[in-house]
Amino acid sequence: MIPIPGIADINRVLPELVWCCFGVILMLLQPFVKLRQALTFIAMIGAALGTLATFFGTYGSGFVGLIQFDTFSIFLHWLVGLVAFLVILASDSYLERENLDAAEFYALILFATAGMGVLASAQELLTAFIGLEMSSISSYVLAGYRRDSIKANESAVKYFLLGSFATAFFLYGIALVYGATGSTNLSKLAESETTNNLLRLGLTLILVGLGFKVAAAPFQIWTPDVYEGAPTPVTALFSAGPKAATFALLLRIFSTVHAATQFWFWAFWILATLTMFVGNLGAMVQSNVKRMLAYSSIAHAGYTLVAFAAVTSVRSDADAVSGAYAAVLFYLVSYALVSVGSFTVVSELGGRGERYLTFDDYAGLGTRQPFAAATLTLFLLSLLGLPITAGFLGKLYIFSAAVKSKLLWLAVWMAVNSIIGAYYYLRLIVMMYMREYKGALPAEASRGLSPTSAMVITVTAIITLYLGLAPNHVLGIVLSQNLILSSR
Amino acid sequence: MIPSSNILSVLLFFPLLGAIAVLFLRDDDDYWIRRLSLTVGVIEFLLSFLPVWAVPPGANGFRLEVFIPWITSPRINYHLGVDGISIFLIHLITLLTPIGILASWNDIQHRLKEFHIMLLLLEMGVIGIFLSLDLFLFFLFWEFGLIPLAFLIGIWGHGRRVYAAMKFLIYTMAGSIFMLVGIIWLYNHTGTFDLIAIQQMLQSGQLILGRKTEMLLFLAFFIAFAIKVPIFPFHTWLPDAHTEAPTAGSVDLAGVLLKTGAYAIMRICLPLFPDASHRASHYIAVLAMISIIYGALVAMVQPNLKRLVAYSSVSHMGFVTLGIFAFNQVALQGAVYVMLAHGISTGALFLLVGMLYERRHTFEISEFGGLATRMPRYAAFFLFTVLASLGLPLLNGFVGEFLVLLGTYQVHWRWAAWGALGVILSACYLLWAYQRVFFGEITHEKNREIPDLNNREKWVMVGMCFMMLWLGVHTRFFLRRFEAPCQTILQQASPNFMREASTSPLLRHDLAPNSQERAAR
Repeated sequence: MIPIPGIADINRVLPELVWCCFGVILMLLQPFVKLRQALTFIAMIGAALGTLATFFGTYGSGFVGLIQFDTFSIFLHWLVGLVAFLVILASDSYLERENLDAAEFYALILFATAGMGVLASAQELLTAFIGLEMSSISSYVLAGYRRDSIKANESAVKYFLLGSFATAFFLYGIALVYGATGSTNLSKLAESETTNNLLRLGLTLILVGLGFKVAAAPFQIWTPDVYEGAPTPVTALFSAGPKAATFALLLRIFSTVHAATQFWFWAFWILATLTMFVGNLGAMVQSNVKRMLAYSSIAHAGYTLVAFAAVTSVRSDADAVSGAYAAVLFYLVSYALVSVGSFTVVSELGGRGERYLTFDDYAGLGTRQPFAAATLTLFLLSLLGLPITAGFLGKLYIFSAAVKSKLLWLAVWMAVNSIIGAYYYLRLIVMMYMREYKGALPAEASRGLSPTSAMVITVTAIITLYLGLAPNHVLGIVLSQNLILSSR
Repeated sequence: MIPSSNILSVLLFFPLLGAIAVLFLRDDDDYWIRRLSLTVGVIEFLLSFLPVWAVPPGANGFRLEVFIPWITSPRINYHLGVDGISIFLIHLITLLTPIGILASWNDIQHRLKEFHIMLLLLEMGVIGIFLSLDLFLFFLFWEFGLIPLAFLIGIWGHGRRVYAAMKFLIYTMAGSIFMLVGIIWLYNHTGTFDLIAIQQMLQSGQLILGRKTEMLLFLAFFIAFAIKVPIFPFHTWLPDAHTEAPTAGSVDLAGVLLKTGAYAIMRICLPLFPDASHRASHYIAVLAMISIIYGALVAMVQPNLKRLVAYSSVSHMGFVTLGIFAFNQVALQGAVYVMLAHGISTGALFLLVGMLYERRHTFEISEFGGLATRMPRYAAFFLFTVLASLGLPLLNGFVGEFLVLLGTYQVHWRWAAWGALGVILSACYLLWAYQRVFFGEITHEKNREIPDLNNREKWVMVGMCFMMLWLGVHTRFFLRRFEAPCQTILQQASPNFMREASTSPLLRHDLAPNSQERAAR
């Protein structure tokens, strides 16, 4: 008999409840409130309140082991909440410029965020599936939000079709795991001694499904098109939120299900290498900034997977494992914020209908828009992994995890990829500062940033520098004991 | 008065403060941008004399150390210190920065604010490299310096400036990323980034590196530094970067940036990986000799004056490498001396070439000829600098190269012989270039109207020539100060299999035959 959920259980899903409630409220308000700024404000309040609602939860698993509320899940709730907050703020001027409905847009962002929250605390594969669907379905709609744009439609359809496939793989994987072990609960799977091929096949399919969501090669084909077609603030959300949440789920599965780890070392090794090379080599030949950042997001998924390979290769060494977990989480935070910041700049510079997205449109930006150029340079340097930015420490921790696990080759691949990455990030910086704009400058191109977006860019830039200069606070969290609770 | 424990921090961050102050000036306020940055540069130069009192002649080890825990995991400390070698290199950058600002007074006309901010940030990055005693901090400044310099080349440079900037960045970053892997490897085995702590672990036998591991680590670091120096096969970025950079950028690049590579080899490669350094020394010495001779030969055939000076840097830096890898007290001191001397004389050459460019907007040697009658003052300064650079006794170039050759001769006379060939060649290409530019008939009409140096330029050159003379005459003043640090480096760099032997003074002389035998085997 299933016990009735108590108040403690409710508190553990309070963030998701708040996000969903605000989503519903926004949709109800749509017919009555015409003022876009008011809707933006309400949505931001919702995102913030949902994040703060993590304070009410108590550690432990809720709903008979369906979800787990621990430092790990709180940390990720904060991350996705912050991302949602920033993306909503950055969307304000975008929606005005593109003349799109605000209420639904914000509601979908909040629903997607709730889905990511569920993913971050899922302790049971079926809960994870629900979280994945919540965030995915909202994402499909968001990708095609610019209804009159052909690219947006292509983006949405592609994302929907391929995403559904991936979810089906994930679900089938869950079924096989259930068949092999008689449970889909991660804690039960952790205790299970089963290591037969059925379980392995099930976990493979789960890995395929999640690999699709984080855009790991060879499941990355959709990424550039979807990222390019989606409204740019949505692209910022895609590259930050769902990616972080899915990586979190992957980490939770492979940290609790011991049967999975040794077996998966080579899978992660190959995925990581492939993803890094595909992402970086793809980004090298792009002439569209948004597409270049999309490929770079693939490359960064590859770097994160290096840390996963490190986790799976050193199960016995508790220090090394917690170091690798910390590396993953730190990297997710640093990448998510930099990505939100850089896509916001791109969104602002895109102009109406997102027409100015090529490298050539960025020529001479350093003199035209010093603030946008300077902050974008900071974000690019962080992506490139140059000191005093968050990206550098993130990369350092992953390097460190790889070297500690004696994965020297993987570290070398990562180093090689960092050099390839340097080329295309620097190319954009060179474009902004060292080339002149060719032809007549369109009036729109020299328009300043909107105050809301400027705020988002400033906040992300400050956090990027803060994490690079004084990472001790965040490190304290991601290195804390019992980061992930696995007991019931 | 600044408390002694903060001197180095003030020295390090003052240029940053200056850059922020410049940032707040109006974009078109050229008058104050120039004057404020010059003031910052001059004050920083004066500040760099504060630590001198802490490093008296004969002083050994690091002084004025600052140690503040910074990041908890991995344990990174803000650890600074200065010794007899780094103090002079810091003087070099703090001297060349205001000189560079003065030299660009008329040269740079657009985006003036950014230009001066970049110069000051570059100064801070370079000072950071020389002060850091924590590998991580060192790496941080190592990378930090790249960006401002790349901007200097890419925005205010000549001709193919963007190509040169990209090439410079990609080359140096490619080198440093493997150094980062090496640094992390060391951290994982020692639990610290602290240079001194790691050295102590190695000396006390707490940390023993396998033969192969040590060689790999040595290479990871060495290649990053060799690119910066640059040593022969890694030098191809340098002619482009030098030639396309604005005058101030070339001065800083040749004057100090190249020295960071050589300094890092002395400070990190030798003490941390003594066995590997000794095993690799023969190969590296060969590369150094190739650098000396190849650099000189290529310089000889350059039609472009600035490129000629750039290749002469490759040649001169070869002496530094040779001096370091001779593992001999005299040669090592000579190497440090060449670093200082080359910083001044090549910096001055770039200044002079830049002045010519301001007047004629070309670097082609064939465009000139017979300038001596039109610009006598300029010709005199140029001759002085050329003589200093080619190693005329009583001027700065002579002392360092002589010491390097002297020291190397005691170890391997063949190395010294090849090195001496480089000295002769440098006289050839510099004097030949001088002859073509200044003597003969005036072939181009434009050269008839060319104005001589103005007062600003004259005083800049007087300062530089004074430094050349001082370095050439008052040798003891400098040598005494880095004698002991050089000794320490050599002690730390003596390989494990010789350490017992080398403690006895009688056996010290056997060092050379020993290593020759090993090479023969």
